[in-house]
Amino acid sequence: MNHNIILALPEVTLLILIGGIMMVDLFSAPEKRADRLMGLAVITLLIVGAAVYNPFVEARFAFNGMFVVDGMAAVLKVAMAACLLIGLLYSRDHLEKRGLFTGEYVMLMLFALLGMMVMVSANNFVTLYLGLEIQALSVYALVALQRDSARASEAAMKYFILGALASGLLLYGISMVYGATGSLDIEQVAKSVGFSQGNTALLAFGLVFVVAGLAFKLGVVPFHMWVPDVYHGAATPTTMLLSTAPKIAAFAFIVRILGDGLAGMAGDWQLMLVFLAVLSLAIGNIVAIAQTNLKRMLAYSTISHMGFLVLGILAGTNNGYSSSMFYVVTYALTALASFGMILLLSREGFEAENLEDFKGLNQRSPWHAFLMLIVMFSLAGIPPTVGFFAKLSVLQAALEAGWVWLVVFAVLMSVIGAFYYLRVVKLMYMDAPVDTAPIGGNAVAGSLLTVNTFALLLLGLLPSGLLELCRRAIAASF
Amino acid sequence: MLANYFPVLLFIAIGTAIGVGALIGSRVINTLLGNQRPDPEKLSPYECGFEAFEDARMKFDVRYYLVAILFILFDLEIAFLFPWAVVLQEIGWEGFAAMFVFLGILVIGFVYEWKKGALEWE
Repeated sequence: MNHNIILALPEVTLLILIGGIMMVDLFSAPEKRADRLMGLAVITLLIVGAAVYNPFVEARFAFNGMFVVDGMAAVLKVAMAACLLIGLLYSRDHLEKRGLFTGEYVMLMLFALLGMMVMVSANNFVTLYLGLEIQALSVYALVALQRDSARASEAAMKYFILGALASGLLLYGISMVYGATGSLDIEQVAKSVGFSQGNTALLAFGLVFVVAGLAFKLGVVPFHMWVPDVYHGAATPTTMLLSTAPKIAAFAFIVRILGDGLAGMAGDWQLMLVFLAVLSLAIGNIVAIAQTNLKRMLAYSTISHMGFLVLGILAGTNNGYSSSMFYVVTYALTALASFGMILLLSREGFEAENLEDFKGLNQRSPWHAFLMLIVMFSLAGIPPTVGFFAKLSVLQAALEAGWVWLVVFAVLMSVIGAFYYLRVVKLMYMDAPVDTAPIGGNAVAGSLLTVNTFALLLLGLLPSGLLELCRRAIAASF
Repeated sequence: MLANYFPVLLFIAIGTAIGVGALIGSRVINTLLGNQRPDPEKLSPYECGFEAFEDARMKFDVRYYLVAILFILFDLEIAFLFPWAVVLQEIGWEGFAAMFVFLGILVIGFVYEWKKGALEWE
């Protein structure tokens, strides 16, 4: 038996600490509970981040090959823990004012992290699916946590039903891949696909379902119907959670299944991904223009960003994967800053989630308007922010792989996309304020938002460090 | 090839014959020997606890689901414990430890639901 349980140390620690937090939540006096939960959650995330194995070694396997620790897994795990940590610091005040900062919120968030960590470290279709379900079930519950709100309940219901359907499609596809190759182990599947053993018709059929399931989870067109409603309906901290770490995990998920397991069928899945990328870029960017709600607009913006992510993956090269990895990590950082701004401008009984709430922000607080300007520039991909370099590296990778028309199309679409990001800037700087209440907000969250936003600028000026990290992580994994 | 399925066909035929026979037989014996005092409750199909014919969109007490979920958890625990107990000799300390980790996780969940009041009916 080759368990190597030590390799799963971050996951095991996380599980034990979640158990501890559950007990503390039960046996704490109500007035001390929130502080204790916050402290423990922060400590847990720090410990888990620190427990992640050194990324630059050979891939190592645990639990008889079900679980792998390699460069990609290590880097992404740290990134996800960091996303959750930053998100938690942003959202505590907001949640507390709405009575949502409960033990359940913290635990479900950490369970979602556990699921995502299992996902990025999975080396077997069963482990991948297990991680996906741990994450998905926690997130469904998180969306539904605001149960007095009809919109949140509706969003949770839609998310749950469509998510369950997607899991079904994915499992159906996986079962066919298993039927065609006789194994669920990703390496074994890759081998038998590479030698074109097994039933290729069955395999292609399975691949269609797997890609459809993955597309649902990633939220790319035409499987994007849940994204705007869920982003809009869920409480803003939950939306922030949804648009950051799960996207990172979904990236790993896709690279492991398509880039690793089904690499031998790249010709088939590339065409499907082209279809997904084109539709996501077009619909995401064009429909976002019509939105008046910022959360909904950011939902469509996520769809178009996921189109870019898919563009890097469909290049099918190590360079493409590492560009996509860079893209998804920096996107998560940008999304954190944009939702962090919504949280900071919201106050008790008021959500700054409509575009007109941002009107004249420059007159109310030039500093916040400036930060939001950087975030919007980064989302639009305007240099010198990191969004530009992320888009550039993905486009370069796609170009190297020979997808010239696709790159031209993506550039055109991001020009269209720039319109609605710049509209926010126009509203902030050129319109008179509608809402004149003073901007409060927690000092920790405020300064963290500043750091986060300047990180976007810094990474845009000096992208090579993170880019190199992604490149080495991918090179160590494949 | 099809001949292999003959026993199955035979099984279906005999099963149908016995089923239909029992139905008709009990009906006949009933009419001959039983007292017939029908009332609406007796004639309605048996359903445990619910009206047989009504709007399906009725409110369910959420506690039904709670009990169902809790039942499944502990039912599964037993389903794991029985085979584990049978082969405990062969799987040794490793198997023993693995089961206790599993039980430990369940105990945390159990303490949590108890303290949260999920087991209190009213």
